[in-house]
Amino acid sequence: MMLKVESLQVFYGAIHALQGISFHLEKGEIVALIGANGAGKSTVLNTVSGILRPREGAVAFEDQEIHEVPPQEIVRRGVIQVPEGRKIFSRMTVTENLEMGAYTHTDRAEIARDMESVFERFSRLRERRNQLGGTLSGGEQQMLAIGRGLMAHPTLLLLDEPSMGLSPILVEQIFDIIQDINEQGTSILLVEQNAQMALAIADRAYVLETGKIVMQGTGDDLLKDPSVIEAYLGGH
Amino acid sequence: MDKPTSTSTQGRLRLERYLRTFAGIVIGVFLLWRVYNVIVLQQNFGADTWVRFGLSGLILGGMYALIAIGYTLVYGIMFMINFAHGEVMMLGAFGGFFTFEALRFIPAPTLSNPEYNFLNAHPFISVLLAFLVGISISAMAGYFLEKIAYRPLRRAPRLILLITAIGASIFLQNLAMLLFGPQRKNVVNPDILDRGAGWIVNVSGNDVLISYTGIFSLVLSTLLMIGLYILVQRTKLGRAMRAVALDKNTASLMGVDVDNVISKTFIISGALAGAAGVMWGIHMGLVNHYTGFLPGIKAFTAAVMGGIGNIPGAMLGGMLLGVIEAIGPAALGIDFQLKDVIAFSILVLVLIVRPSGILGEKLSEEKL
Repeated sequence: MMLKVESLQVFYGAIHALQGISFHLEKGEIVALIGANGAGKSTVLNTVSGILRPREGAVAFEDQEIHEVPPQEIVRRGVIQVPEGRKIFSRMTVTENLEMGAYTHTDRAEIARDMESVFERFSRLRERRNQLGGTLSGGEQQMLAIGRGLMAHPTLLLLDEPSMGLSPILVEQIFDIIQDINEQGTSILLVEQNAQMALAIADRAYVLETGKIVMQGTGDDLLKDPSVIEAYLGGH
Repeated sequence: MDKPTSTSTQGRLRLERYLRTFAGIVIGVFLLWRVYNVIVLQQNFGADTWVRFGLSGLILGGMYALIAIGYTLVYGIMFMINFAHGEVMMLGAFGGFFTFEALRFIPAPTLSNPEYNFLNAHPFISVLLAFLVGISISAMAGYFLEKIAYRPLRRAPRLILLITAIGASIFLQNLAMLLFGPQRKNVVNPDILDRGAGWIVNVSGNDVLISYTGIFSLVLSTLLMIGLYILVQRTKLGRAMRAVALDKNTASLMGVDVDNVISKTFIISGALAGAAGVMWGIHMGLVNHYTGFLPGIKAFTAAVMGGIGNIPGAMLGGMLLGVIEAIGPAALGIDFQLKDVIAFSILVLVLIVRPSGILGEKLSEEKL
């Protein structure tokens, strides 16, 4: 099993953000976590990445516990997060941002090849490679954020709200890219408020509500589930 | 900081901005009038004097700049003012002093001069060693300062870090006084870097001495600044430092060991301050436990003047402050002992007129 999260309890000070969450992800899967704002989706990703520490519970990646491993070591093992709001290094150029993505790598030739393949996937980034990250449009920043994640050779890619703030056409493009990355062998844990799109590409999905998993199933099943339609798909 | 939500607060902020600009113009016009009076109307000093002042300002400015970079690097990465930074520089000055002292007592007799010592027999190696020792001591001081005093307070309010820094500063000063004694120590340079020696240049009929120690300091500080700029802009460590300064969480998501980068930032800051300290000893000639205090707060002034957090700003601020301080008393026609007052008046003026500094941008609310 690639990722196994067991009865995870996370607190922000006095706020009980995750109240015993368990889920898993098999190799090659796209698993989606959907839910409203504040349900705890990003908290899950940040705990998996090692930025937050669980008070109880365990996170195991490729059968090794990682919930007490520092974030930089988790990155080295191949769990890469593309954070919410893209978090591009605004005062660094596109190239420098991509080089930051490859921070754990030392082979210069390999980094150059990886950067070339990111530029092939996102040709806009090649045009803007010497521009500062902060001057890119929202869509370009999201491409840069994903490209930066790919530079690290993820085994498991954690995507936090990749569709946030993007136009419908761009959302389509980003989800196509996510599927494409998955087809090339990267497992994906996807956190989304855009439940429609997320469920459409996910193999399996979990629904989060105020720090608990309230429902789970395959993407198709959840798309047809009346309560999911009611709560997350606009009731149509 | 509360957000300017209502129109009345916005109006007040605008008024404040106008008042600042107004105050800036009034003070600026007054200073210009004063300088015009002294330089053009009274003509107390010839061109040779101005060259002498300007040059000594640049030399001093180079040292201020090296120290100011340390303030700015640490501020950029931790949003704290490391008030113990001047003491880190002082420790470097002692490192250089003791290296020279030790080498002076190693005999290196030649046939013509049986009294010859290592310091004068191998001046280049001696100076190199002095810098190596001074830089290493200061770099270690910076490293341990962060590790012992600041790291445990990483999540504490920033005021507590500031007070800790002041405490560390007092501690280091007193430690140096206990270890080395309170009296001022004469730094004995190798003969080729004799403080009275230099090139004589003729300016408007008068001789101006361009001292070897001064040119040596200026060249070395310039080289170090270029080196630092390349390190920050072109190397992997420099990229990581910038990334950590911009966003620590995201940097750690890239696999950056944030604690390690913070340690290295303190080491680099310390090393530059140490180099400035050794230069101070070589050029100024006197070292004691108090040596770091004034250069430290002046370099802080320089860093604020250039825009705290901005590396070219710290370099520019240091150079400018050195020159202003050197020519200021003469240009304003005031007592030469008031040069320190000029430096701190600048700090107050910058904080009133342009708190973000010359090259600094407005701080985002997130950073405040």
